[in-house]
Amino acid sequence: MRSATNTKRNLVTAALVAPAAAWLAVFLVLPFMAMLVFAFGERAPEGGYQAAFTFTQFANLPTRAAAFWNTLLLAPAGALLCLLIAYPVAYYLAVKADPRYRLILVSLVVVPFWTSLLVRTYAWMYILGSRGIPNLLSMIGIEDVRMLNTPGAVLLGIVYGYLPLMIMPIYVSLEKLDRRLLEASADLGGKPVSTFFGVTLPLSLPGVMTGVALVTILLLGEYLIPQLLGGGKVFFLGNALVDLFLQSRNWPFGSAIAVTLVAVVVVVLMVAMRVAWKVAGTRQVDLV
Amino acid sequence: MRAFISSVYLFLYAPIALVVLFSFNAGRNASEFAGFSTAWYGKALGNTFLISALQNSLLIAFTSAALAAVFGTMAALGMERLGPRMRALFDALFAAAIVVPGVVIGIATLVALVAVFSFVNPAIAAFWSGDRPPQLGLGYGSIIAAHGLFSMALVTMIVKARIASLGRDIVEASGDLYATPLTTFRLIVLPQILPSILAGFLLAFTFSFDDFIIAFFVAGSKTTLPIYVFASIRRGVTPEINAIATLVLVASLLLILTARVLMREKKSKSGE
Repeated sequence: MRSATNTKRNLVTAALVAPAAAWLAVFLVLPFMAMLVFAFGERAPEGGYQAAFTFTQFANLPTRAAAFWNTLLLAPAGALLCLLIAYPVAYYLAVKADPRYRLILVSLVVVPFWTSLLVRTYAWMYILGSRGIPNLLSMIGIEDVRMLNTPGAVLLGIVYGYLPLMIMPIYVSLEKLDRRLLEASADLGGKPVSTFFGVTLPLSLPGVMTGVALVTILLLGEYLIPQLLGGGKVFFLGNALVDLFLQSRNWPFGSAIAVTLVAVVVVVLMVAMRVAWKVAGTRQVDLV
Repeated sequence: MRAFISSVYLFLYAPIALVVLFSFNAGRNASEFAGFSTAWYGKALGNTFLISALQNSLLIAFTSAALAAVFGTMAALGMERLGPRMRALFDALFAAAIVVPGVVIGIATLVALVAVFSFVNPAIAAFWSGDRPPQLGLGYGSIIAAHGLFSMALVTMIVKARIASLGRDIVEASGDLYATPLTTFRLIVLPQILPSILAGFLLAFTFSFDDFIIAFFVAGSKTTLPIYVFASIRRGVTPEINAIATLVLVASLLLILTARVLMREKKSKSGE
């Protein structure tokens, strides 16, 4: 009797997770394995993939060194720039803002993240383009200012696109912060500055780590922002990948770059988790 | 502090506002407003390529979000009943589906599908008796599949969070009163998780509707709205794009605001 109900229970469980499991297997696990296989293959003469087992593609990675450097420099730089602007905003929302307006103010931060990144990036293309600010400047006599297709424009687009994603996790970790700790610090004679650096900042580090890791990872795979605001001059790995898959049709080499990109993402994730654990550990020692 | 916060909000909204404003500009330049006009909207809506791209996007977003809502909710319910190891495996795979950059998801899906098609299509042809065997290829199906992956992970995450905050006692009470598990689900569990399922559906819809990069790889010859907008931008920035961009913005704003209201409702009901 008992085993019969157990079997029935297991069957129901299996039926519930089966569609999602099939989806994950066919559209996540299988594609990753296929990509791995392609990365060790050769380019067919007419483009695409030809079966082989060679490390040539990985040996060729240095030919795309510029894309690697741009990505590995600008992604963390963009994430840090986001952090510098996001932290005060998150702090204000969680600690200083009037509770009556907090919900609206938080929503106003979240909403842009869920609206089309393409449209939001396009907005800057429109503003920085020759009919935008440069045109205004030329009216007051400052001629020939180029704003579009510069690293600065790409960085601006990055901050604009990913600021909401940085603010949210920091806000969540600050919102959970126990106010009594701040009061305790003040009662014990801590100045606001030392309370911030001794209590608030360490306690919000998990949120900071989550934000930095999320934004860095998404930026590592960014395509639209460098494409539209960098105009092919500021080249990310994402741009190299689109070029290799959709233009020059060198699929094995593209797969090798994509596999390397995933490896970098995994490393970033692992470092972030390691730091988050360390922070959590020291936090316990400090408080207890 | 306040001045800084205000300027950040200005930074977040001014560029969008500018696009909306200049979609009503009678002139062509971003530097001068030459009078109010809805001409660009007329031009955009009269564009048959645009309308067909919009229809494709709506079809793909609706199908992938609906699939994700059903299968993702089932997965969230099922994962509750799994052992810790299997649950960790599912958690890891769903997290991967969300965290792996869209570029990589697009490439991996493209590569796998093309590899599968290269086996399946000759096999179909070999067993096909008519003179024109059907060919599997990239298109609606591949975009829906790839969007469905991210969306399912999203719905599962949201619904799971809701289930975790549900009171177990009321479910047990229902069982004690001889309700069948199905009745308990229908009368007790479903009404409580429904707002989060709907919110997940809307977020998934928004994601699919706005996604460019995944669709760019797996769309084949099909054009979605973001792909169309991207191609038009590359041909040159025109005020017509401002009008299209405004319409896209309004659509995603409505979706995200509805989703947030639904998620909010869930929070206030859980009695915080």
